[in-house]
Amino acid sequence: MYLTREEERILEGEEGEILAKMMEILVKVGEIYHADRLIPITSAQISGVSYNTIGDSGLHFLNSLKGARVRVLTTLNPLAFDERYLHQLGVDEKIYNKQMEIIKAYVDMGVKTTATCTPYYFDNIPKFGEHIAWAESSAVIYANSIIGARTNREGAITALASALIGKTPNYGLHLEEKRKATHLVELDFQPEGEEYSLLGLLLGERVKGIPYLRISGNYDDFKLMGAAMAASGSVAMYHVENFTPEYRKALHDDVERIFIERKELENNASCEDVELVAIGCPHVSPSELRRIANYLKGKKKREYVELWIFVARSVKERYPELIRIIENFGGKVMMDTCVVVSNAGKIYHTIGTNSGKAAFYLAKKKFGGAKVVVRDLYTLLRSVVQ
Amino acid sequence: MILRGRVIVKGKAEGYVVKCDKPVVILGDINEREGTACGKSIVNKIFVFPYGAGSTVGSYTIYGLRYYGNAPVGMILQEAETIVTAGAIIAEIPTVDKIDISKIKEGDYVRMKDGVVEIISSRPHS
Repeated sequence: MYLTREEERILEGEEGEILAKMMEILVKVGEIYHADRLIPITSAQISGVSYNTIGDSGLHFLNSLKGARVRVLTTLNPLAFDERYLHQLGVDEKIYNKQMEIIKAYVDMGVKTTATCTPYYFDNIPKFGEHIAWAESSAVIYANSIIGARTNREGAITALASALIGKTPNYGLHLEEKRKATHLVELDFQPEGEEYSLLGLLLGERVKGIPYLRISGNYDDFKLMGAAMAASGSVAMYHVENFTPEYRKALHDDVERIFIERKELENNASCEDVELVAIGCPHVSPSELRRIANYLKGKKKREYVELWIFVARSVKERYPELIRIIENFGGKVMMDTCVVVSNAGKIYHTIGTNSGKAAFYLAKKKFGGAKVVVRDLYTLLRSVVQ
Repeated sequence: MILRGRVIVKGKAEGYVVKCDKPVVILGDINEREGTACGKSIVNKIFVFPYGAGSTVGSYTIYGLRYYGNAPVGMILQEAETIVTAGAIIAEIPTVDKIDISKIKEGDYVRMKDGVVEIISSRPHS
């Protein structure tokens, strides 16, 4: 792997031990995946933020980076809570204080504390063709597929190293030829409602590579589909014919064909008696927020069911009138956190959601092992209305 | 027997082998507070496994082994990927990959230096 003089200097420790270690990570990962060199990035998105996931050792590591500053626009994943709902999320003083220390460590490095998995709405908007280093698998797959920016599935540490160095190793999805489809997906149906999420979960299990689909949908449908396939598998990009920006160059003679029938999508449970309806994994878009508010306007919430909407702070602040409608209805609009990294799954045992990703994680023991049903947005909203 | 691989983290280490035959889901299969992997203690051992899998937050788990004083003295892998590589570098655990780990058995005593692994005493086949 070729390194410039400047990069060699950093690696040899001439700009301090911290940067040397960060450079070592990028160079080593580059060598493993046969990168030819490092390339500049325009932004980074960092995961490993919630105290519930990184714990004391993660905090200790972040504190060991004192003095280092990020060199590009760097945004942050959701944390363990929304400060206004500490009690509802079962946050004690210890978790609160530790979480605040983690945030401070990132702030000291110059990271923007956006605390969202959807930085691409307002906080960190990459352009087509830009090289970025993003962690958070749902944002990675959105950036590659829908925006046409280029990022591998970075981890908590490699994204941080890239942010501090301002570069990433040039391999994988940074290369034009590695962005072509590997699988042509043939369906006997056009997805509707929750089927985007369910199809995403199934594709994650079946496809190790880049699927190509011939279906219709909107940005929110595909956001949910992508997040689900990135959760159940390691998919980091997909193409949708006549929709995503790179589909024209995606197909070639070597693609593998896979067939999926509608009846393979599993979703048997009924959503009539869930304790919590959670929407916003990934965080809701302005358009989803408007749909929710319009539907709930003037209606009354049923007793014994909670409605939680998860949203980026930057989206919430732009639409105060929509937030007011949802809160007047009796829903909670939470920012800075999400249904997965908060304790929600340990508090509620039956949860309804439109997110395949949330369903995938919440059903796991580590996240509480709740019974989760996946339904489309309006079915869920109807179920919470009197 | 001498095996040659690729250096992930430089350094010397020697000790008894603890081996997991299946890929290790780092965030899940490793308990950094107890110093165990797949239920076995890896504290001060040479930890041998095919490759790491699962959430990329797993790099912090490897760092946690060092933080809690439970780190293995070295790691030998078939194939390193991003999670283990980043974790081994920040935890400063001498690590080598591209080793045919079928040649190394649980309980063997091995010495590793940079990319070279030497099996000093091999446990007889059981």
